[in-house]
This record gives sequence, structure tokens and C-alpha cells, in this order.
Amino acid sequence: MSLLAAYDIGSSGLTAQAMRLNVTASNIANAESVAGPDGRPYRARQVEFSALMKPGSPGSGVAVKSIVESDAALRMEYRPGHPKANAAGYVEMPNVNPVEEMVNMISASRSYQMNIEAMNVSRQLMLKTLDLGR
Amino acid sequence: MNAVPQYDSLMFGETALKLRTFRQQILSNNLANSDTPGFKARDIRFADVLKAQLEGKLPSAGVSMTTTHAGHIEGSNSKDDPRLMYRVPNQPSKDDNTVDSDVELSEFTKNSVFTEAALRFLGGTLDSRLTAIKGQPS
Repeated sequence: MSLLAAYDIGSSGLTAQAMRLNVTASNIANAESVAGPDGRPYRARQVEFSALMKPGSPGSGVAVKSIVESDAALRMEYRPGHPKANAAGYVEMPNVNPVEEMVNMISASRSYQMNIEAMNVSRQLMLKTLDLGR
Repeated sequence: MNAVPQYDSLMFGETALKLRTFRQQILSNNLANSDTPGFKARDIRFADVLKAQLEGKLPSAGVSMTTTHAGHIEGSNSKDDPRLMYRVPNQPSKDDNTVDSDVELSEFTKNSVFTEAALRFLGGTLDSRLTAIKGQPS
């Protein structure tokens, strides 16, 4: 039934957008993390979406294909007293751009709401279909 | 000759409803992929597809190539649904995604209203058939 499929597509959208929100939250939380488990500064992460396609179907939603790390240059901050400072007194800071992250977060939450809207409509239509012929 | 083509109302209701829910699925998929790079928004031309479906004249999936030489490669049949078309975007986007959320959302809302209308028409048809079978309660 197409309406059930539409419902599933909405749910795949929710999962993908939630993952994107998760990554954004991680980026914002780690905006000042000078060292990760590998001892290197945190690098901003980004989700990569890809459309799910099944043969004989107009499309079956969206999925997160991979999470990629940004290769933008690390931010250098002058902090001579910092234990991680180099000879010139500079510390490598994460390459998280707070403006980008905020924009990403707003976009993700809008898309999340849109998918919920679509799911709500599909649910109501399914319930009305059940009432057919009563 | 009838100016308006006559179809069996039950069959018409069923076909219309199926097509409406099918379109609902396509539009949901467009909405879910509004942030997928390179995704192309799809849609169907509802009136044309409904007419073709009622008349049983649906275009067959894929066109195969004729081979006239042993060395020719047959080519793969397209598995794409022939009813599906691509939406022409209003504005270009940097990531080649052609989903315009406003357009898709308004089409989605319109389609859901029409789905409900199709449901009511079909329900009405069923009701009148039931009345014809059972008779009017006196």
C-alpha cells in the first residue's frame, strides 16, 4: 500500500535528519576540544545523505550514506600558556564553524518538522481508508 | 457519442485512489530527500496517467534496442517507472538537488485533500451499491 510506504519514507527522513542534528550537536559541543582520543584536535563532521532507491518503486526514502570529517584548516589560537601550544605559542583548535553549525541545525529541524507533517497526513489518510464502506 | 467518457464508478474510484496514494508516496519521497545532494524531484502527471490507466494504455516499462549484428550490445532495459517524470526546478541549487520544499509541500497538501475526496467518492459509490442490494429501510 502506497500510504504505508509514504509513512515509512517519512520515518526514514526523520532518522536521517535526527542523525544530522546529532552530528551538529557533537560539532557544537566539541568546538573547543583541543584533543580527541587520538590526541589531535576535533574536526567538524558532516552527514552525507543519499536517496534510497528500489526497483519498481518511485523511491523509498533517504539514508545517511556516511559521516565525513571536514578537511578545512584548523583554527590557530594564540595561547602561550597552554600545554598544547607549539613553539610560537599557538594552539591548534577544532575547525568547527559555529555559524555553519547553527544554519545546519535550523535546516535539519525544519526538514524534521516537514517529515513529521507528511507522516501525520499519511496516517490520517490511512485511518480514513479504514473507514471506507462503513 | 458521449462527450464524457463513462467508466464503472467503482473501478474509477479504485484507480483514482490508488494513483492518489501512489503520488502521495512520490511526494513524501521528494520531501524526505530535500537535503540529499544530486536528488531529482519526481512526480506524475495525474490526469494523463489516470486516463491511460483506465483505458489500459499504460506505456510499457523501458524500450529495448534492436540488435542486427552479433557484436551489438543489447543495452539494459530501463527499470524506471514510465509514469514518473522529473520536476523542472524553479531555481538552480549548488548541490544539484531539484527539490523545492515549498512546491513539494503545497503539492503534497493538495494531493492529500484530493486523496480524501477520492476516498469520499469511493465511499459514496459503495454506500449506494449497498443501498441497492439491501433496499431502503422502511
